[in-house]
Amino acid sequence: MTGLPKVAVAMSGGVDSSVAAALLVEQGYPVIGLMLRLWSEPGSENANRCCTPDAMAQARKVASQLGIPFYAIDARDRFHDTVVQAFLNGYSSGITPNPCVSCNRLIRWGLLLETGQAMGAEKMATGHYARLQTLDDGTVQLKKGIDPRKDQSYVLSALTQEQLRHTILPLGDLEKPHVRELARKFGLAVAERPESQDLCFLAGEDYRTFLSRNFEHIARRGPIADRQGKVLGEHEGLAFFTIGQRKGIKIASSKALYVIDKNVERNTLVVGPVSELGRTTLIANNLNWIAGADPGGAFTADVKIRYKAELATATITPGGSESARVEFHSPVRGITAGQLAVFYQGDVVIGSGIISH
Amino acid sequence: MNIGKKQAVYLDYAATTPVDERVVQAMLPYFGTIFGNPSSIHSFGQQAESALENSRQVVAGCLHARPEEIIFTACGTESDNLALRGTAFEQRKLRKASHILISPVEHHAVSVTARQLEEEFGFNVEFLPVDEYGQVHPQEVETMIRPDTALVSVIYANNEIGTINPIAEIGAICHRAGIPLHTDAVQAAAHLAINVNTDQVGLLAIGAHKFYGPKGIGALYVRRGTALQPVETGGKQENNLRAGTQNIPYIVGMAEAFRLACAERQERVDALAPLRDRLISGVLECVPRARLTGHPSQRLPNHASFVFEKVDGNLLLMLLNEEGFACSSGSACKVGAPEPSEILSAIGLSRAWALGSLRVTLGKGTTMDQIDAFLQVLPAVVEKARKLGA
Repeated sequence: MTGLPKVAVAMSGGVDSSVAAALLVEQGYPVIGLMLRLWSEPGSENANRCCTPDAMAQARKVASQLGIPFYAIDARDRFHDTVVQAFLNGYSSGITPNPCVSCNRLIRWGLLLETGQAMGAEKMATGHYARLQTLDDGTVQLKKGIDPRKDQSYVLSALTQEQLRHTILPLGDLEKPHVRELARKFGLAVAERPESQDLCFLAGEDYRTFLSRNFEHIARRGPIADRQGKVLGEHEGLAFFTIGQRKGIKIASSKALYVIDKNVERNTLVVGPVSELGRTTLIANNLNWIAGADPGGAFTADVKIRYKAELATATITPGGSESARVEFHSPVRGITAGQLAVFYQGDVVIGSGIISH
Repeated sequence: MNIGKKQAVYLDYAATTPVDERVVQAMLPYFGTIFGNPSSIHSFGQQAESALENSRQVVAGCLHARPEEIIFTACGTESDNLALRGTAFEQRKLRKASHILISPVEHHAVSVTARQLEEEFGFNVEFLPVDEYGQVHPQEVETMIRPDTALVSVIYANNEIGTINPIAEIGAICHRAGIPLHTDAVQAAAHLAINVNTDQVGLLAIGAHKFYGPKGIGALYVRRGTALQPVETGGKQENNLRAGTQNIPYIVGMAEAFRLACAERQERVDALAPLRDRLISGVLECVPRARLTGHPSQRLPNHASFVFEKVDGNLLLMLLNEEGFACSSGSACKVGAPEPSEILSAIGLSRAWALGSLRVTLGKGTTMDQIDAFLQVLPAVVEKARKLGA
């Protein structure tokens, strides 16, 4: 008996979660492997990026190599009714949602954590590249992963203290090449599996194709106009465009045109030259403060407006519990409603909110 | 086996059983010492042939059959395949019969084979009705059997819900009509005294690993005069009905396991039935929104099966495993995509009930203490599963 608590590892059949499980087993934790069976469109069950029968067979193989029990959890209905539905609703209301964030908050740190707990696990571990640090007063801090190219603190920034307290992130202190090396060292068959990309339920296809098939009214034609309101052409549906996009505008112009705004009320796509792309303010809603409460007054932080965006310095003024005003010290391109704005001070995530129109 | 801290309790004897040590001992000489091919002329072959024919006699004796009516196969599923396909093809050739009558509670070995006969080979498959316990009523067979029926197939005792069918009465009807009756007795053979003469069956399938024999070996009883086409073609082994060199060590093991099952039947049943009864009454008393599936009395002596309303049966099995109990369910799915079983749908259960099934099957190692310990944890585990699914 080691006295260590039982840990449920969220497995995907990929390198990261497999190595996370292997490290915990090596450290002597009693480990159980859990894998979510997520929703796929009927007919594409074998193409879902991360929970195909093939990925599940991989995860099961890793679990048997590590000598830990493995269970597949049916989350198909819940995933569809929450994450996929929110994705479709978001696009139809003109925003660009981030389904991985809601999946983490509602499914992985929801159903999966609860199932692990029902099985007697005190903690859940995942293969995310981010770090957790428990302060003297018991507060858990969320910090960037050591590997700057892999840092995934962005997608964890909507988690609550309660969720973080039950979390272990074994890969936060590691760099990706080292993790692959460990996979080889542990003899895991998944060491050479390719990096996963895109959204799992898109099954490798373009999200626009998925939207058109699943939302009849999403392809609603409307005008393309410039900032001054001059109509320049016609678009095939606002949902097919995202802020900062250049491709697909199909208008001849001396200067390259970018999507700079989407006016949902008028179904108008607003385009302009790159110089109009930058903005200096955004409003963030649905705030989540990692420490549990807002920092009390305005503060300066580095803000990330997309998973892969560069950090930009801003002054953040919380206006009540629901929203905050973020003023960048210089213009930022690609601010997109529906994405998360995540506030960092150094390596520490202070909080996040959903960018509103 | 250890699961976490606790010693795991195996309650899934209908899935498979451990091989009896006496069976292992009986098998061992046939891997290295007596290794001949029973088809060979020489003495090595003759020794193997002698073991084969002795085994055939033992298996036949347990079923009150003649040795030449026993065909060895690789498992119960293969026996079912041979019975269905072999009879269907032959009956169509002999008398243009292309109607197949089966129950809706057949094992997949029968139902999926029948579906293929319908979809790929032009047979017409009809389903007999069953009652709420999954039992076939003989008068329904009487009503639905036709002159062009090639084959009737009714499971002897159901694997999922434990219900025993009135095979002798159905056998009498089929015999009078001159239509072969096949029965899958894979579960039944481990527990019930089977007499192919009083049951009047034409074909009967068994598999050794359900009665403490090895996996990978089975047999099909084929009544003398029941014409059959081989499914596995090649050499002339097994009376021309199953080509391929016989698996002598496993055949010897099956015969010894079946001999022991018959010799010890009464004491095994006397030990298991009270445990089963305690389990069933305990579960129905202490778990809310629980129902027994299958017949309350005409069921296998080691078999208890339930449904719990609004419970994910898969999740229930995982939670039970973490508590140290290995059980099974009709909708079990290892890739997390459970669907209600056809059997539970056939007995009229709605999706909300059918997804929450649990099968607990007992065997030689089961004790009253284990049943009590199981009853201690089950109510809380069902409640947890219910909450997680809500």
